[in-house]
Amino acid sequence: MNILVFLIPVALLLGLAGLGSFVWCLKTGQYDDLDGAANRILLDDDEETTDN
Amino acid sequence: MAKRTAAQNIPDTARLDRSVAAQCVDNQASDAQTFDAGIHDGQGLSHDGQLGYEGLVRTSEDGMRNLSLHVEGVHCAACIQKIESAAYKYSCVRKARLNFSTGRVQILWDGAVALANDFVRDIEKQGYRVTPFNPDMDDTLDQKTSRHLLLCLGVCGFALGNIMLLSVGLWVSNEETMGVATRDFMHWVSALIAIPTILFSGRPFFGSAFSALRRGRTNMDVPISIALSLATGMSLYETVQSGEYIYFDSAVMLMFFLLVGRYLDFNTRRTVKQDAGELMQGMNKFATVLDGAKTSRILTRDLKADMIVLVTAGERVPVDGIVIEGQSDADVSLITGETIPVEVRVADYLYTGSVNLSAPIKIRVCKAGEDSLLSDIIRLMEQAQQGQAKYVRIADRAARLYTPVVHVLAICAFILWWGILGSAWQDALIISVSVLIITCPCALGLAVPVVQVLASGILFRRGIMVKSGDALEKLSAIDTVILDKTGTLTTGHAVLKGVYDPEIMRLAASLASHSKHPLSVTLAEARDMDLFEIKDIRDYPGQGIEGVFEGKRIRIGSRVWCGDDNAGGMAHDQNASHQNAPDHNGADHNGPELWFSGEGYKSVQFRFSDPVRGDAAQIVQALKQAGLDVILLSGDRMQAVSDAAAQAGIDKFVGECSPVGKHDYLRRLQSEGRKVLMAGDGLNDAAILSAADISMAPGTAIDLAQNTADIVFMGQNLSPVLNVYKVARKTQKLVRQNFLLAVFYNIIAVPLAFSGVVTPMIAAISMSGSSLVVILNSLRMRVTL
Repeated sequence: MNILVFLIPVALLLGLAGLGSFVWCLKTGQYDDLDGAANRILLDDDEETTDN
Repeated sequence: MAKRTAAQNIPDTARLDRSVAAQCVDNQASDAQTFDAGIHDGQGLSHDGQLGYEGLVRTSEDGMRNLSLHVEGVHCAACIQKIESAAYKYSCVRKARLNFSTGRVQILWDGAVALANDFVRDIEKQGYRVTPFNPDMDDTLDQKTSRHLLLCLGVCGFALGNIMLLSVGLWVSNEETMGVATRDFMHWVSALIAIPTILFSGRPFFGSAFSALRRGRTNMDVPISIALSLATGMSLYETVQSGEYIYFDSAVMLMFFLLVGRYLDFNTRRTVKQDAGELMQGMNKFATVLDGAKTSRILTRDLKADMIVLVTAGERVPVDGIVIEGQSDADVSLITGETIPVEVRVADYLYTGSVNLSAPIKIRVCKAGEDSLLSDIIRLMEQAQQGQAKYVRIADRAARLYTPVVHVLAICAFILWWGILGSAWQDALIISVSVLIITCPCALGLAVPVVQVLASGILFRRGIMVKSGDALEKLSAIDTVILDKTGTLTTGHAVLKGVYDPEIMRLAASLASHSKHPLSVTLAEARDMDLFEIKDIRDYPGQGIEGVFEGKRIRIGSRVWCGDDNAGGMAHDQNASHQNAPDHNGADHNGPELWFSGEGYKSVQFRFSDPVRGDAAQIVQALKQAGLDVILLSGDRMQAVSDAAAQAGIDKFVGECSPVGKHDYLRRLQSEGRKVLMAGDGLNDAAILSAADISMAPGTAIDLAQNTADIVFMGQNLSPVLNVYKVARKTQKLVRQNFLLAVFYNIIAVPLAFSGVVTPMIAAISMSGSSLVVILNSLRMRVTL
């Protein structure tokens, strides 16, 4: 059972990494315009940058 | 002001001899609405060079300019690109971002402030309507709450996953296989994850329960909070004691499902609130302020008393004020429901929201923004809607019944087991917590929002916007459909009918191109060849337009005004409108008309008709088959109404109905206990739209009608009326099934929990199971439609 001492923290750390990235997405506003994000897939990135 | 008497004379019962006056009402109503559309188009063009947007630009410390705009008409990826690249065309633009969900565009650039106007003009050129972003609609606070809920949900989900990982190990083993030390270690890890999570993610529930209790009330959050704290507290106590009664997993899972329901529900409400905010958006326009010889454009909300405002023809009066210069007609239907324009002279009082029809006028500001009459009317309408909202949402009704029962049951369970049957207090408490958890209203809480979110999504993709969460619920109960004729049953766009002499046609179109009257615009557009040059154009408000061509005087306008000289005297009659002359020649024509006359020309009648929407007959038939009573209610002439009714296959129709008459008719139906769906688009429908049990407006309707209506639909067809009804029925059926499932589950689970055979863990699983069943059942919405 000693393996648990190693495995549980690993599981927790992986979970925390997921949570951390979720919080990062949330804070940077990536969930604010989900419909827009869905539509933007269809846009050509290159075109926009050449316009810029 | 004498024009008003015309409408007061409108008979309640349809009498052909008075049909003239009634006809004016409807024709003017449709005029007003076309004018309204004209304003939006004209706004950008007529004030070229000084749109006034530079006043909205904010400059940050590092010199970066920031402008927020509200763009309407965005519906696909191409729109995003068109709008953003319209801004990116300027090399100084650093960032242009359109939020697809809210229609808000944010442009960041590094250059002249005046570029703001160029951005707006370029976006308008792409065909989108741009308004300044209304700070009242800024839902940063709601967005924060939504993010907070999502964060709580995320943290809770993380904790749930990890605790379950440990719990599975605990469930499949016992003291012998695992050993007490390992078991306690896993309990402690669970506690370490669960307690901070419950403290963090439970805040939405604890906060709400606390504030309810402080006000001496109770809500759904009270039993939830009690169950959460009891389960967690006791689990912690047992962990310290190295005991067995440990239910961190149950507590966290319970919270996770509750948060999902809470998040969905909050977002539905937020969308509704945002739509309501659009009502105020209409007021957030620019006004042209005169200061000596200087003119400037400022936001209407920044207007102050005693400023002088110029209102051009076709523009909406931005503020309550007194006319100090000019003479014109004004459409005051938005204010009084009166659909015949009133004459406006110096010293007359004009209310916000009236539309100036014929000539530019100057007004002195009396009251602005918040104090103005339009704001009063909006407030009144809000109150009326609240008063009407006696209707309690089915979920709230369930909650009201549910909460006390849950508490009483839990206490009874504890007293029974501890006091009467003499169990250990832990056992009794756990049974009591099981009862609280198993009766947890998760399934009930999810039953409504999940289905409604799915239904709104399906409808949105079909171009139907449902504005209030309970609209579908109310819609499913209707038994009567009232349709307005102009603009709802029909397309609302006059089409030129018949064949005319090309030369006369060309001349008439040339003259018509100088008028903003909707029929003139149609006439001018119907002719695509080169127009003649007409000199000496003179506009006669309420009568028509006159000009000189090759030395000859020509006119287009009302029959009386363009007719023979005898009738010409009648043109001064205040009832004068384009269509109210006594019928001679062309008596078979029921629709709107324009007359052309001139020296050396024969008078010609140009006829217009308003065609019934393509699929009207089919949809009416389907609605009837669904057991609904379909009624056509219109202010138009009896003959025109019966024609349209015949085309659409409607047997019940009422014509020559004033806005008041419509309202009375609706009230009469409602007093008979009928539930009425009203579909209408005009200013004269706004009152009845808000009075009906549920209302729909087409996307071409005026702003006020769109804002009043619960549902707005797009497109050229009438099919959304049927579609939305079908979806509503389906939604309600699923909601009811969900409730039945939840109740059925409770009937089985509560006695089991009460008898003590269910541990909180099993309680949580079965509770989650019931939620899952409810969600799966709701998902059938997608499959079956």
